[in-house]
Amino acid sequence: MSEVLAPAPASVPYSISGSTPRKAAKIALIGNPNSGKSSLFNHLTGLNQKVGNFPGVTVDKKTGVSQLTPNLKAQVIDLPGTYSLYPKSLDEKVIIDLLHDKKSSSYPDVLIITADASNLKRNLLLFTQLADLKIPAVLALNMMDVAEKHGIKIDVAELQQALGVPVIPVNARTGSGLAALKILLSQELEVSETTFFPIPENLLVMVRQIRYYFELSNDYLAWHYAHQYHKLSFLSEDDKAYIGELVKKYDFHSNAQQASETVDRYTRINGLLLDAMRVTKAENNEQFSNKLDQILTHKIFGYLIFFGVLFMMFQAIFAWAAYPMDLIDQGVATINAWVHTQADGPLIDLLTDGVLAGLGGVLIFIPQIALLFAFIAVLEETGYMARVTFLMDKIMRKFGLNGKSVVPLISGVACAVPAIMATRTIDSWKDRMITIFVTPLMSCSARLPIYTVMIALVVPETYFLGFLSLQGLVLMGLYLIGFLAAIFSAALLKWVLKTKERSYFIMEFPTYKMPRWKNVGLTIVEKVKAFVFQAGKVILAISVILWVLSSYGPGNAMQQAEERATSELTSLHLNDADAEAHIAGQKLEASYAGQFGKFIEPAIRPLGYDWKVGIALLTSFAAREVFVGTISTIYSVGDSENISTVKEKLMAEKDEFGQPFFTPARAFSLLIFYVFAMQCMSTVAVVYRETKGWKWPILQMLYMTGLAYASAFVVFRLFS
Amino acid sequence: MQLFIKSLNKKRKVQQEQKSVRDLKIGEKGVICCLTDPEMSLKLLEMGCIPGEEVKLNSRAPLGDPITIIVNDYTLSLRLDEAATIKLKA
Repeated sequence: MSEVLAPAPASVPYSISGSTPRKAAKIALIGNPNSGKSSLFNHLTGLNQKVGNFPGVTVDKKTGVSQLTPNLKAQVIDLPGTYSLYPKSLDEKVIIDLLHDKKSSSYPDVLIITADASNLKRNLLLFTQLADLKIPAVLALNMMDVAEKHGIKIDVAELQQALGVPVIPVNARTGSGLAALKILLSQELEVSETTFFPIPENLLVMVRQIRYYFELSNDYLAWHYAHQYHKLSFLSEDDKAYIGELVKKYDFHSNAQQASETVDRYTRINGLLLDAMRVTKAENNEQFSNKLDQILTHKIFGYLIFFGVLFMMFQAIFAWAAYPMDLIDQGVATINAWVHTQADGPLIDLLTDGVLAGLGGVLIFIPQIALLFAFIAVLEETGYMARVTFLMDKIMRKFGLNGKSVVPLISGVACAVPAIMATRTIDSWKDRMITIFVTPLMSCSARLPIYTVMIALVVPETYFLGFLSLQGLVLMGLYLIGFLAAIFSAALLKWVLKTKERSYFIMEFPTYKMPRWKNVGLTIVEKVKAFVFQAGKVILAISVILWVLSSYGPGNAMQQAEERATSELTSLHLNDADAEAHIAGQKLEASYAGQFGKFIEPAIRPLGYDWKVGIALLTSFAAREVFVGTISTIYSVGDSENISTVKEKLMAEKDEFGQPFFTPARAFSLLIFYVFAMQCMSTVAVVYRETKGWKWPILQMLYMTGLAYASAFVVFRLFS
Repeated sequence: MQLFIKSLNKKRKVQQEQKSVRDLKIGEKGVICCLTDPEMSLKLLEMGCIPGEEVKLNSRAPLGDPITIIVNDYTLSLRLDEAATIKLKA
């Protein structure tokens, strides 16, 4: 490469030795939470972002490509925000797995360490640890403007001198300083000569043994091996045993050593900041934030405002999202119909009713996900999410949940899919898993059609005191049962779930800030992409399977059913729509889905269901509202859009003794079943994607189906 | 520097006499003396709760728990039982 590099601008008082341009490098972004790391990542990569997986953890691996100079690109990886190199959560563990393993494919050539200038002391703790690892690094000093407002003056040249790496003031909000940062990154950087924490003399022998055994480049890395060998997933059992023995032999106590290391580092940082930082206004300057907090975390107004925000959010995903969702629905239907006019045949059916319908089932969630994450991103960006946790922590903790669990739980009333994606904001692994586990128990909007039909069927339209509808009360009761099941399941899981990780609340309480709209936009894009490409394929696969099951039957059973149904038509005197429905119903009975319904009938008979309901249980796994459609097909309802038509048909349905099939006992049993059952492949897919594995979705399905089965059984016995 | 109070007997006695961040009133300040929970102390130290630093109780949540404190010129939020492990100098 023969590019001419611009000389370092005047604002970069750092001379780069041997400014040879490098090949596309791997850059890792690392820094404290709230230090502007994500904004910087967004500025560096724009839309060139990709979300992947770190092995074994639930945290997303965000990578992107940054154009450093017109002909030099670099790969940038965004690491989870952390306060130190000693991970306190499973998510932070990916950092040491990456930085402590030189053979890792993502091992960075350069680190961009972000620091909040208005909170420099604490941010430098992580910096000094990273500097001691001797990886070439740049310090991106963010929020200088905020620091200045707080009366903090930082002498960048002095700081650079003390730290031994280039320090670039940047403004992640406006993007200023970014050009200088990019130019610097396009050149060879050297490691800091300064060692901030010397390994204690008495342990140096042990550290050196580890260092030479693993051929590590410096003592501090070996020191970390001694501290965290049991957490490093790339070490073999033999390696771990080797370090374990050394640690025992030299009487090395990780906790005590870590504590004194942190204290030593702070002492060192305090010393170097004496020269590099001047604080003119001594008192805390977060007056604006404090004033706002007096209202937003107020005993009464705080909760009122919070419930107002929740209500708005709920409205957005429940009501506003309905318009674009209808458009997507109609769009897919139009394309489907158009394809059918062009060609015909089993392959075309697979394409339209299988693949296209499945695709529609994926796309339909986009409006809800986009809207919910627009809200969540703004709440996070402004700092309000920290207040939500602050307000709700005491109540939610009793049930093993986190203050932040409120947002997913309430969103779950609209739809569990975006709600489960929203659990990403919960830091503690255990709290997050519990929230994911119980969120689908909240009655979502897809259950509403089933509730409406079943209630209309068996609950009389009576009113108490002239305005309290009995049907309305039953509906409310169902929502309440779902909610209670969610919180009590959470409390149960709190006891069952064992974790080594301790859950802390200790966190920075950020000051209020204006949201950065670019970040909000990119969050929406990222979440939609993650859903469509990762959960989407599972949804698509299941919906194709379900389609095959309900459109094909063993041998020529389907064809025979169609012929039989057609011949029956003459004696039945039906209108066109009902005639079509009659044929469809007969065909469905003959299909694999019909076989399945009959196959599971013995299992669902104790709940009061027959094979027809069995079919609906299978097909409604695509989405709960499909239940009504399937029931309409089986009972040959021509106009399934009209609830009263469906109701009439269902009421006319007789069991083998000539009595009405849908007794209150059967209807309530079905209602309770649908309150609890995990009848939703999209939820399964999104739990798979959020937990990065099949263990949780399967456990969840077993639990919810078990709960549904047992409760439906009890309800059926009680009412009949 | 002694960070943990090792002897259990001593710890119990100290806890009765010694004030912790939990006992501060809103706006009241204190100086950190030591941290009593070895594992949690690692997190607190990283967050800047170093013995010798000044802390101020900034606010309480409406239900009394969690609280926010000001330490190292920034606001930190934590639960009461976490705050109770930060002992103050008399």
